[in-house]
Amino acid sequence: MSTTSEPGRPQAAEVDVLEELKAELAQDLEEDRPPHAGPLAQVAAGVATLALGVAGMGLSLGYGLGSLTEPGPGLWPFAVAVAVTALSVAQLAFGRRAEDTEQFTRSSALTGLGVLSLVGLAALLPVIGFEVPSLVLMVVWLRFLGGESWRMTAVVSVVTVAVFYALFVLALSIPLPRLI
Amino acid sequence: MDFTPIIDGFGIVLQPTNLLYCLVGVVIGMLIGVLPGLGPAATIAILLPITYGIPPVSAIIMLAGIFYGAQYGGTITSVLLRLPGEASSVVTVFDGFAMAKQGRAGAALGIAAIGSFIGGTVSIIGLSVLAPVVAGYALDFGPPEYAALGLLGVLLVSTVGNGGKLKAIIAAAVGLLIATVGRDSFTGAERFTFGNLNLADGIDFVPIAMGLFGLGEILYNLEENHKKVHAPAKVTKVWPSRQDLSESKGAIARGSGIGFGLGVLPGGGAVLSSLVAYAVEKRRAKQPERFGRGAIEGVAAPETANNAAATSSFIPLLTLGIPANATMALMFGALLIQGVQPGPQLVDTHPDIFWGVINSMYIGNILLLIMSIPMVGVFVRILRVRPAILAPITALITMLGVYTVNNSVFDIYLVIVFGVIGYLMKKFGFDPGPMVLAFVLGTLIESSARQSLLIFGGDPTGFLTRPISGTILAAIVAVALFPLIRRAIRSRRGEPAVAPAPVETSPTEVPDRETTEAK
Repeated sequence: MSTTSEPGRPQAAEVDVLEELKAELAQDLEEDRPPHAGPLAQVAAGVATLALGVAGMGLSLGYGLGSLTEPGPGLWPFAVAVAVTALSVAQLAFGRRAEDTEQFTRSSALTGLGVLSLVGLAALLPVIGFEVPSLVLMVVWLRFLGGESWRMTAVVSVVTVAVFYALFVLALSIPLPRLI
Repeated sequence: MDFTPIIDGFGIVLQPTNLLYCLVGVVIGMLIGVLPGLGPAATIAILLPITYGIPPVSAIIMLAGIFYGAQYGGTITSVLLRLPGEASSVVTVFDGFAMAKQGRAGAALGIAAIGSFIGGTVSIIGLSVLAPVVAGYALDFGPPEYAALGLLGVLLVSTVGNGGKLKAIIAAAVGLLIATVGRDSFTGAERFTFGNLNLADGIDFVPIAMGLFGLGEILYNLEENHKKVHAPAKVTKVWPSRQDLSESKGAIARGSGIGFGLGVLPGGGAVLSSLVAYAVEKRRAKQPERFGRGAIEGVAAPETANNAAATSSFIPLLTLGIPANATMALMFGALLIQGVQPGPQLVDTHPDIFWGVINSMYIGNILLLIMSIPMVGVFVRILRVRPAILAPITALITMLGVYTVNNSVFDIYLVIVFGVIGYLMKKFGFDPGPMVLAFVLGTLIESSARQSLLIFGGDPTGFLTRPISGTILAAIVAVALFPLIRRAIRSRRGEPAVAPAPVETSPTEVPDRETTEAK
């Protein structure tokens, strides 16, 4: 455990405990985190928000700024977009050495697959109802993302969808698009 | 003070159906809140849809139940798994997990429930007394004050939140930008809709909250599921022994006061109060070395304080209409959905709702105490279920849940988009909290700022010359400059700049607090 404040400062005792606690916390949380992603990720983050800010400024100009006495629809978004842009520039200038990002690992691909399955659910839901897409989603997440056994996958996914059916359709009669 | 509306409020809350809603809220709040990785904000976000089809008063009562249940769910994971649900439960981990390792998990959870109940109740009483007074003052506020206050709220949440401040402010600014999507209420012009009819009325709060907090969290945890092995400690006797109770008495009393006092502050009230409460107990203890090794005060103090603070953060929400943190932003959104506009007029125009909200908190708190102790066993069993099995179930609840709100597939896509954004934000070190808060306040800030400009005849110096809005703006400047000044002082003293810990507000409160407490 490390202490960040020096001893012997006025009001030290109390501040010390608090500072000590903060250091301990920071350390504690650090242990659990994957390695940070380095300056490139910081720049990427800054560039992404910068692009958003610049696009926002461009579009708001098109909506018309008006004047301070008669603000147009674009004035407020323009002001906010200017703030986003300026802050992003600050991030690019000063934020490169921060260590608050996380590396993408091979298991990040799991998240990607998870997102795809969600999009699939959204696309199929209005067409063939919620039962089959939900079942597929459960199977994908349990078997392929979670590495569960086929037996476990089958049992959990069927039971979950059945419970949802009972809850949404039979008990609450919510108009979910459905097959049966 | 006229007590009739308070008593009428209790009459409404105590109706059997409403009690049932509150009970259901507490139980499912705990049920989802106990899932590792889902903190109170995520829990409330995921459960927003179920409050939809219910009449407003019952829905608000149910929300109070969900709120307290979700808070306690985070405590359970802190103690049993060393996984705090949110920043304000982080300190609980030290002694809570140590107690669990010694086989005293039951006592830790029991004292946390009792402390939360007492802290919460003290805070609600304070709230009942103070809120109408504050609301009375706030009645004089006009658009300029609201614009300034909204900005201050956004800025404070960004600067006292977790992680990098600059990124938090960027996130907040982007949140303000997202709030402008849709038809401009003054001119009717469409902004950022790209011709999409679904966006013409703006983006709904529910898919944003469910995406950023709920799905974002689920996607983020998906990566981690393989690595972490959860093996919750055994829980035996949940009721703390007489010795435990007498040891924690002082901690609970002080924690209640600290929590209530600091909770009113915007931003990190709950986080700061849990840290301060812990620090105060450690400082007062005859054997401070016990802390971190399973001292029951180390659980009682922060858990009492964070619940007291979580409750007193309702004061700025209910009296000014300004949510003080991300969880409050969710409650604000949830109330708006029910047609309740929190603000200074609420206590006069809708006393039934105002007191309904406050009284439902009493009930939610009591039900939490009643339910938590017998149900701890159930939750421990849930924690034994592998995250790989729980993840798709929560994901499905989120997907189908958001659909049921508007029967809209577009909302499902929105949740996915904001889920991905939330996931990426976490990976790149952005806290989604300020973004949601700024989104919630965005419309208020814009319309107040524009109304003010109309009042001032286009002269922006009008903001500065009105006493209240001028003071608030001065506070904004102070908050913005504070970190810079602090850094300057630090570097002159030759101290190393401390890495931004969860709480960055001035610790001057502490000695202050200590002297009053020591008498």
